[in-house]
Amino acid sequence: MTLIKNGNVVENCWRTVDDNDEIYGAEAVIVSLNRWQNEKEALSVSNCSLGICLNSNQHPEVIASDVGHFYLIALEFSALADGRSFSYARLLRERYGFKGELRAVGEVIQDQLFFMGRCGFDSFELSEGTNVEKSIGALTSFSVAYQPAADNLKPAYQLRHESW
Amino acid sequence: MYQYDQTDHTLIKERVAEYRDQVSRRLEGNISEDNFRPLRLKNGLYMQLHAYMLRVAIPYGLMSSDQLRMLAYIGRKYDKGYGHFTTRQNLQYNWPTLEDTPDILENLASVEMSAIQTSGNVNRNVTSDPYAGVAPDELEDPRPYAEIIRQFVTLHPEFSWLPRKFKIAITGAEDDRAAINVHDIGLKLKKNAAGEIGFIVLVGGGLGRSPFIGKVIREFLPKDDLIRYIQAILRVYNMEGRRDNLYKARIKILVHQLGIKNFAKLVEDEFKASKDDILLVGREEEERISAFFAPPDYVKLPIDDIGVVEASTNDNAFAEWLERNVTRHKQAGYAIVNVSLKPLDGVPGDITSDQMDAIARLAEKYSFSQIRATHRQNLVLPDVAKRDLISVWQGLCDKNLATANLNRISDIICCPGMDYCSLATTRSIPIAQRLNERFKHLDNILNIGEIHLNISGCINACGHHHVGHIGILGVEKNGEEFYQVTLGGSSSRDAEIGKIIGPAFSSEEIVDAVEKLIGVYISNREVGEQYLDTYRRIGPILFKEALYDAH
Ligand code: SF4
Repeated sequence: MTLIKNGNVVENCWRTVDDNDEIYGAEAVIVSLNRWQNEKEALSVSNCSLGICLNSNQHPEVIASDVGHFYLIALEFSALADGRSFSYARLLRERYGFKGELRAVGEVIQDQLFFMGRCGFDSFELSEGTNVEKSIGALTSFSVAYQPAADNLKPAYQLRHESW
Repeated sequence: MYQYDQTDHTLIKERVAEYRDQVSRRLEGNISEDNFRPLRLKNGLYMQLHAYMLRVAIPYGLMSSDQLRMLAYIGRKYDKGYGHFTTRQNLQYNWPTLEDTPDILENLASVEMSAIQTSGNVNRNVTSDPYAGVAPDELEDPRPYAEIIRQFVTLHPEFSWLPRKFKIAITGAEDDRAAINVHDIGLKLKKNAAGEIGFIVLVGGGLGRSPFIGKVIREFLPKDDLIRYIQAILRVYNMEGRRDNLYKARIKILVHQLGIKNFAKLVEDEFKASKDDILLVGREEEERISAFFAPPDYVKLPIDDIGVVEASTNDNAFAEWLERNVTRHKQAGYAIVNVSLKPLDGVPGDITSDQMDAIARLAEKYSFSQIRATHRQNLVLPDVAKRDLISVWQGLCDKNLATANLNRISDIICCPGMDYCSLATTRSIPIAQRLNERFKHLDNILNIGEIHLNISGCINACGHHHVGHIGILGVEKNGEEFYQVTLGGSSSRDAEIGKIIGPAFSSEEIVDAVEKLIGVYISNREVGEQYLDTYRRIGPILFKEALYDAH
């Protein structure tokens, strides 16, 4: 699976662990919400770098006050049509103040990347068969937008009036 | 009307490029039809019975002569020389090829038009009052806000994969010509006790399988909060709306299941939490947009035009058209002209490229180059000086566009049905045509008056049958077509969902059934009473008896 981060293909240095998998020392692991909730104390004092993966039924509000513990949050797109994680991403960025890596996983194809980027995702685990070069290009398919989001593209109404 | 600046042009060009790439990937087999479907749908491209269908957005129903000419050109070049106006103030082409659609979009972009979000699970074309800005009963012109909303929802990064489609309608008038009660969000400009102007906000209205009248979620929303409040509703819906069942995915079901109180609480909480979002479009931008909708340069004219008065006493056909298709304008000496796309022998909403050109020319000459589309599938020339009415009438007569039937029994709303639509279970157009045949002379003999007769070819209700004074819904039983009748629906001020009156009728029986309903009205109406008033006064019993007792 190809991983794109900040517009480049990168190696994935995170290991996604099952709830029963052992975690060794100082590695970078992605845990489930369930594991986080059960082992919060142990995990927060461990040496590992922590990431968490939420599926599309798990509203990030449940970790709103925990986001400081995570270097990475992965949000799942269970199907192309399931757009909940677009809202979740913006809430994490704009409301809960998450500054780490926000990764889109699951059904992730070229045609969602521009919007995902606008909603605050900065890394993308592409679905099998997705053209990598075109996907990187898709991150900048639009140079203008009508509305503000979690990126720094200025909405049209601000561009139009100097005073902003 | 609104005109694109550099930003709007750039955005639409980039969208065409993106779509062109999507189509070429499909043609090369680099994207599956399953993944391509939602992408083409977001661009108004459906797969129909015989071919693709492309739906072009006409933002809040407003077009210029140049735009209508382009629509005519596209109809000639890529279709069979015509188009079809829908109940969403949009235009559909029934015969484009997939390969041609990127070029069609490029043509559209050259006149500041697109097919963005005319279908799919996204915010659809914002609709509004076709008489906006010219209606005498208007508090304020809703179009600047319609345009602000259009921009906000266009290619929205967060709300482009909603549980289901989402429709916003807005009006500024007392008489609701935008059917705001049957939209996902309905907005109406209103004045509060302090004299400020804002909006009353309805949510969760809609037709289709489970029809609902919208519920009030905010009695008064200040203008500055409009976009932030819409964002709050969309965000709650995007996160909470059902995604497990296509038929329960519209916001109306969420509102219904949670109850309006609980739903409103979620929205108000989200609204409060978003108070720091920079969503205020700003006074300068609001003024910039409003300026595009300033009244045109009307000349000072007497209230009545002598020539018109004379012509109407000498020519019955003109007088009839004047009485039925011409509506009062807020400006003295001007009139609103309704262009009927419902000739008795035609298909409701169909228009040829030649007719489009003719209307574009008339608008250029007599109506400040503007045309509106209505949700009842007609067109409007909004600003005609009364002294020009005879010329406009003659111009329309030449092209079979002057059928004097606005809001009459032959002004039928009708979806494409089995003749085009792949979801259809029955035919609808032939029913409309047979009804017209039946009432051709009866309407004049009986003077049936104002009535909304709406026909849908299946439960999806694109023909708005639930809000027809008489609604007809096609249902299939064992491979045969039947037609269910609903009575008492209305989409305007006292909006109501019609009720099913009894067992469905066969295709042979349905025209007789409608005639019986009209018969009950004629024999029970009081002086000056319209069909819907009579129905509301006497109730369904007599109608029901007429339909079923003799059976
Ligand atoms: S109501 Fe049904 S038949 Fe008619 S256009 Fe809609 S989906 Fe097609």
